[in-house]
Amino acid sequence: MSKIWVGLVFGLVLGAIDGATAWFTPEARPLIGGILVGSSIKGMIVGLLSGWFAVKVHSIKWGIAVGASLGLLFALLVALMQKNHYLEIMLPGFVLGGVIGFLTQRLGTPGVPQAIRPEAGRERMR
Amino acid sequence: MELSDSVVDYLRQVAGLPDLSGTRYELEREIGRGGLGVVYAARDQQLNRRVALKVFDFPMPQEAQLIAQLEHPAIVPIYEAGTLPDGRSFYAMKLVRGTRLDHYLARSPYLAERLRVIGRVAEAIAFAHARGVIHRDLKPQNVMVGEFGEVYVMDWGVDAVAGTPAFRAPESKLDRRSDIYALGILLRFVLPKPQPAALRAIALKAMMPDAGKRYQTVNEFLADIERFQEGLAVEAWTEPLWHRMRRFGSRNGVLLWLFGAYATVKFLLFFLRHL
Repeated sequence: MSKIWVGLVFGLVLGAIDGATAWFTPEARPLIGGILVGSSIKGMIVGLLSGWFAVKVHSIKWGIAVGASLGLLFALLVALMQKNHYLEIMLPGFVLGGVIGFLTQRLGTPGVPQAIRPEAGRERMR
Repeated sequence: MELSDSVVDYLRQVAGLPDLSGTRYELEREIGRGGLGVVYAARDQQLNRRVALKVFDFPMPQEAQLIAQLEHPAIVPIYEAGTLPDGRSFYAMKLVRGTRLDHYLARSPYLAERLRVIGRVAEAIAFAHARGVIHRDLKPQNVMVGEFGEVYVMDWGVDAVAGTPAFRAPESKLDRRSDIYALGILLRFVLPKPQPAALRAIALKAMMPDAGKRYQTVNEFLADIERFQEGLAVEAWTEPLWHRMRRFGSRNGVLLWLFGAYATVKFLLFFLRHL
């Protein structure tokens, strides 16, 4: 599985779990469906970008940092849309982004580097 | 005329030295002595380099030709073989500058370094086995660690060698698995105290008295050591649950910290909300 797919799958799963924790907040219960979908999509976008970063840069430290930053950024966007619950949305989003960043660094195949692809070589020879 | 004891000793010593007249080699000193022959440091005058000369009191063993074909970074290359003017056979090989493994361990290297050395030795043995050559006398004294960390397996045995008792497998007819037995003892020898349980189990499996219960190839032995180095479960040992959990924790420490941080954040937010 490529790192981008690892990011997408773990982003989806962890995003859904994070969204499901809204069940413990009584006032959010009626909106749980929308929260679940939104949180999953947010997780997938963070996973996609973290996976892409992991293909380019191989560093656990930077993977966590970039994942956490992306998680924070997208959580901020969600919180801005809600205009409420900034801390409840951004803090877990930040940490979960770090988890996704770590997983994309640790798991998955980076893919064939461009330099050893035959077609890349042919292009260079033209 | 009577000769003093010291003169007799000197004559005995000189008579034992190989006759290198007419060869390209100039004798320097004796550097080792084994059951099969004596190893001398010598200078190759033609190429102006130091070499090791192994001199036998009997015709060149056939296995020497096999050893000469083993081109591997951990096997000392043989440069030339032939017969000396005094009728003794010899071969010239690279003079390895380094420390014997037993002396090297006195410097207390880290476990990773000890395992690196064992890995290089095992790779050399696996390479030789693939070409039909068995070492027969693997022991710390036959492993050298060079000044740049290079590892050499020396003194490849021939049929005449019965092996060193402490490192010799119990079976009467030696085969590849006898080398695996010696590798197990070598592994146990290099492990620091307290010995990690998984590595001790690997050594014990390699040292099983019944050759059929040992690793059947050196590569299987190496693969188990690599599994240990990667933090995975080894085949030689059924680890208890607590050990498996500890291994999981040490392999996934960062991930556990991250999940721990997530859980803490969630709990804090939950309690803050209900204050």
